Amino acid sequence: MNKTGIIIKREYLTRVRKRAFIIMTLLGPFIFAAFMIVPAWLATVEDKEVKVIAVIEYSDMDTPVPDSLRQFFDVLKDRDNLKFEYIGYTTLDVLKSTLEYSKYFGILYIPHNVINFEVVELYTKKEPSLSMEMYIRESLEKYIHNIKLRKLNIPVEVLNSVQTNIKLKTIKLEKGKFEEQGLKNLRRGVGYAGGFLIYFYIFFFGAQVMRGVVEEKTNRIVELIVSSVRPFQLMMGKIIGIGLLGLTQFIAWIVLTFTIVTVTHEFLAFKTNVQNKQQYVPESIIDARPADQHELITDNKISEFEGILDKIKGIDFVVMIGIFIFYFLGGYILYGALFAAIGAVVDSETDTQQFMLPVTIPLIIAIFVMINAFMNPSGKIAVWFSIIPFTSPIVMMARIPFDVPLLEIVASMVILVLTFLAAIWFAAKIYRTGILMYGKKVNYREIWKWLRYRN
Amino acid sequence: MDDVSINVPEGSIYGLLGPNGAGKTTLIRIINQILAPDKGELFYRDRRIKTNDIFQIGYMPEERGLYKKMKVGEQALYLAQLKGVSKREALKKLKYWFEKFEIQTWWNKKIEELSKGMQQKIQFIITILHEPALIIFDEPFSGFDPINTSLLKKEVLNLRKKGATIIFSTHDMASVEELCDNITLINKAKTILEGKISDIRNAYKSDTFEIGYIGDPARLKNLASGDFEIIDQTAKENINYARIKVKRLVSDNELLSVLIPEVHITSFNELLPGMNDIFIKVVEKAQDINK
Repeated sequence: MNKTGIIIKREYLTRVRKRAFIIMTLLGPFIFAAFMIVPAWLATVEDKEVKVIAVIEYSDMDTPVPDSLRQFFDVLKDRDNLKFEYIGYTTLDVLKSTLEYSKYFGILYIPHNVINFEVVELYTKKEPSLSMEMYIRESLEKYIHNIKLRKLNIPVEVLNSVQTNIKLKTIKLEKGKFEEQGLKNLRRGVGYAGGFLIYFYIFFFGAQVMRGVVEEKTNRIVELIVSSVRPFQLMMGKIIGIGLLGLTQFIAWIVLTFTIVTVTHEFLAFKTNVQNKQQYVPESIIDARPADQHELITDNKISEFEGILDKIKGIDFVVMIGIFIFYFLGGYILYGALFAAIGAVVDSETDTQQFMLPVTIPLIIAIFVMINAFMNPSGKIAVWFSIIPFTSPIVMMARIPFDVPLLEIVASMVILVLTFLAAIWFAAKIYRTGILMYGKKVNYREIWKWLRYRN
Repeated sequence: MDDVSINVPEGSIYGLLGPNGAGKTTLIRIINQILAPDKGELFYRDRRIKTNDIFQIGYMPEERGLYKKMKVGEQALYLAQLKGVSKREALKKLKYWFEKFEIQTWWNKKIEELSKGMQQKIQFIITILHEPALIIFDEPFSGFDPINTSLLKKEVLNLRKKGATIIFSTHDMASVEELCDNITLINKAKTILEGKISDIRNAYKSDTFEIGYIGDPARLKNLASGDFEIIDQTAKENINYARIKVKRLVSDNELLSVLIPEVHITSFNELLPGMNDIFIKVVEKAQDINK
């Protein structure tokens, strides 16, 4: 085995066996999944506290309707943590003025003309939850809807047969091709995630290169090693070894994510089937049954989610992953070489700050341009920054979903490769001089001098 | 480095001396091909040195260190492989040395778990594991405890016996006298003294003898003449000692023939200057010239 190979092996093996790396690799996909699922889940989780709503109906004489004549209250069925109480003995104004000290969470005011104007008012102490609003609205909607139907004498069967559920697919003509927008949005999301992932990888693994160099320098093993191998081999071995580590993690994440998505998909498909069977029970739509409708909505959500999963599977992942890997490696090698050079000029990690800044700034600019590129993917800024090698790995990922001209991709790739070769040359010069330099505060002028050393 | 030229005979121990900052480490790094010389050439066994010759060099830098988190065995294997030893060969040799130093139990320990003295042993094994023909120690005794120092000296002599050539740089003049065959003294990047240790000491001798005798010190004192003078006299356990400086042309035998009739001689030694004295003298002289 050649010596660079031996170094790559060590750099890779010592890191891949680290507990932190293994945990991160295994947990990564779950963390991603959690980022997507938890907010959605949190929105559905309700407060355990039981909230009581005072309901008051008004007659056409603008007076409160007594208990015996109330019309809408019975539609509002109590739920686990939401109760309704009818109040017919006092006025809305009194209720409002005493709400703060009462046991009620809020007051639901139903005016007499609700059937025509479709407006009710909910006064609350605190911000009502979305599900509470939805529940009240849907319950009343359903009821009033049915009243209207009854007035028009429409039979249930007729109603059932005319009930229509239109799903709108938006397909846009773009450059002579029709493209489904939903899929496009999803691809956009994947590109966005890819750009961020590259940003994260460059920082994370680039910093590992830098730390590795500083470590070898501070524990003084570097002189021993460069008496056996050329500094260039040591530097490249380190960059490649850690690059392979990043690739390992990425591939593990892809495989795990696909597994999770597939398993979730199968699981949901199974669940939906079961639910569909349950709903086979004939139900009367005329019956005001908000609870059932609620179930229906969840069901819709599941099939929507399933639809997304189907779409994810529909993306041309081979191309996406291929482009991702290219830009990840290209960007990583470019920045990894610079990070290695930084590691070589400092004596300890705390001294890295002043040299980190010029390396960090283009990466941060790239993130801003990437966000901009989603709004205007063919704009001048996006195009140029996807060709400039210091930002192209991140920005190009964002542009890829929008049919980038082949010429631009090729130019971007070629320039990236040329630049990382130059970066390696540049870093190797600094590295060779820097690793054996101790106790000297190095500044940019000094580095300039090193660059001009003959060999 | 300014016109420094050293010639290390094969199978010898060569000392590289000089004050701090003289350029010893730079010279060593050039020999190790870590640094390339701006001018000048390096020959190894009568031909120009080649990149692959570093496989035949063992180097222990002054600033010693190993990967702290890496296990001892793994690390030694790794460094041996970088020196071109196959894994199997390296394992065999490591086994030999670990048994020799009775440190087999350290194999799976991390370097950071070992004491400094233990790390020094590992460092030494790593330096010589690939059986280099040329071994270079940069300040080998700095930071070594006395036990490891004597172990190291013993092994250095052993290695020479097996035919290895050894270069070491040091401040420790006692070890130079003890181990080195030849030396070069470098000061401010220039060679100021070089040659065989014995030649150098002879060249710097002050023609002073120390005699031990039984007899009256006063009688000896009366002998002092134009040919020699008595520097001082001491007594220890019934024996008197005198240090006598003689003129260049007087031989040892002539001195003895004058002394013998007067006192009973018990010992007779020529006082050779220590390397320490020579070192200080030469460096100071060089500095005076610079002024």
